[in-house]
Amino acid sequence: MPESHQIDIHHIARLARLQLTEEEALQYHAQLEGILSYIDTLSRYELGEVEPTAHAMPVFDVIREDETGGQSLDKDAVLCNAPKSTAGQFQIPKVIE
Amino acid sequence: MLAASSIVELRKRLLAREISPRDIVLDVSKAIEERNHELGAYLSWDVEAALTEADSADIQAPLGGIPLAVKDNINVSGQPCTCGSRILGENYRAPYDAGVIQRMRQGGGVPFGRLNMDEFAMGSSTENSALGITRNPRDLSRVPGGSSGGSAAAVAGNLAIAALGSDTGGSIRQPAALCGCVGIKPTYGRISRYGLVAFASSLDQIGPLTRTVEDAALLLNHLCGHDRHDSTSLNVETPDFMSAVGRDIKGVRVGLPKEYFISGTHPGVAAAVQAAIRQLESLGAIIEEISLPHTELGVATYYVLAPAEASANLARFDGVRYGHRSDRAGDLLEQYMLSRSEGFGPEVRRRILLGTYVLSSGYYDAYYIRAQKARTLIRGDFIEAFKKVDVIVSPTSPMPAHKLGELKENPLAAYLEDVFTIPVNLAGLPGVSVPCGDVVLDGVSLPVGLQIVGKALDESTLLQVAHAFEQTR
Repeated sequence: MPESHQIDIHHIARLARLQLTEEEALQYHAQLEGILSYIDTLSRYELGEVEPTAHAMPVFDVIREDETGGQSLDKDAVLCNAPKSTAGQFQIPKVIE
Repeated sequence: MLAASSIVELRKRLLAREISPRDIVLDVSKAIEERNHELGAYLSWDVEAALTEADSADIQAPLGGIPLAVKDNINVSGQPCTCGSRILGENYRAPYDAGVIQRMRQGGGVPFGRLNMDEFAMGSSTENSALGITRNPRDLSRVPGGSSGGSAAAVAGNLAIAALGSDTGGSIRQPAALCGCVGIKPTYGRISRYGLVAFASSLDQIGPLTRTVEDAALLLNHLCGHDRHDSTSLNVETPDFMSAVGRDIKGVRVGLPKEYFISGTHPGVAAAVQAAIRQLESLGAIIEEISLPHTELGVATYYVLAPAEASANLARFDGVRYGHRSDRAGDLLEQYMLSRSEGFGPEVRRRILLGTYVLSSGYYDAYYIRAQKARTLIRGDFIEAFKKVDVIVSPTSPMPAHKLGELKENPLAAYLEDVFTIPVNLAGLPGVSVPCGDVVLDGVSLPVGLQIVGKALDESTLLQVAHAFEQTR
């Protein structure tokens, strides 16, 4: 585990698709430093040979028939939540020049 | 007052035709009108819709005609589902019923009212809601706990008969403890999460907050069960939880984790819990000290895994299909960035950033994989302990409800208060909080909760112990 936390907060914000003001970036940077220092508790334990647990119950690869079973949601009920829609589709800003 | 009754009492009176479902909805609605402006438990409530359903309710059904309030992150067709966030607060209407709501309706229950919560269930005080403040019914200057703070305040404040909450790291049990009601998080996978807005998918579980243990058992009977729309839903039989209620606890082995009974717990909380343990012993339970040696890893593990999962789950809020879309954006990338930054509050952004960091290139093994390994050790602690005991008891929260704003500038201090509830989610186990006493702060008596944790799928023993204890109070 890294000794000091090299947090490039602007890089992380870009990955997370969040825009931060300079003031917010400074504040989040400091808070993340504090939280990560606490999380370093994990480095005090020898965990090398331990198997990771992704979730607590033994349920794996649940599969079912590839069919909707006639239970698709109503298109209008779904589209009425879209900020913008047109011709029965979600509308977004133009992406191809 | 009907709004202050238990489900079981109301069911008897409904079956005796002394009251109608309409009477109950109207009485709950009156209580909301009278007190919600000071408590802030509800974000919205549609009386007309509830009355329409109440009028056609089948009284013979097991939950027939009982209005049940719903945390605002569970979809009920046609109703808002804000998650306490501006990003969904503008005009989202649920296009379908969550799995748990389908079961509630099959049982005859009527979903009524939407309850405040920490934004996207991230928090332990409901102060992170972007849509309003919720106050503790015992002391209006204090928080109700969270994230299901609206649920707990509504039930404890007699503004709801019972409510649904969700629990990722203690979000049902802790507010139940701080407000003074019963809150149970069933085993991971017991109740369908189809239609619950996802926070941390390997930890989230829905459960009821109620006035009595018996009501919790009755609700679980009708809310649990397999759902093909949730791949983590367990395909197991739902036992009759009501049959656990009223059974004595002679010979039940109760474990006290020595790591949980250390300094850091408020002395008043510790005293109430010690008295509860003596009470269990006097009922015939066998008290044993046990060890959960990796307890100190719990909070650190959680604050890697939960934000990591949240950062992925909340990627869906992009201003395209639902939720807030910025009107300042020029291109698609800017639309994502601005819509999310305008829509998410400070705690949600903090956790998304933390989660993105621990999953980012170069840090994944050091944080995420390491935390998954620590999770194995924490889960192993419980497996070992349950070879010796039937249930494990502790305080639900080390502290009583704090003052509004008290922990605002210190997110880490707030995170540390989840020390007793978080390991239960990491291990996927069932846990319940029952009121066990009071602590007096500034002349006001504040509730203390006793947490009882059981083996996976053994909610029955939890309810048996919780009920036996409740009857002594």
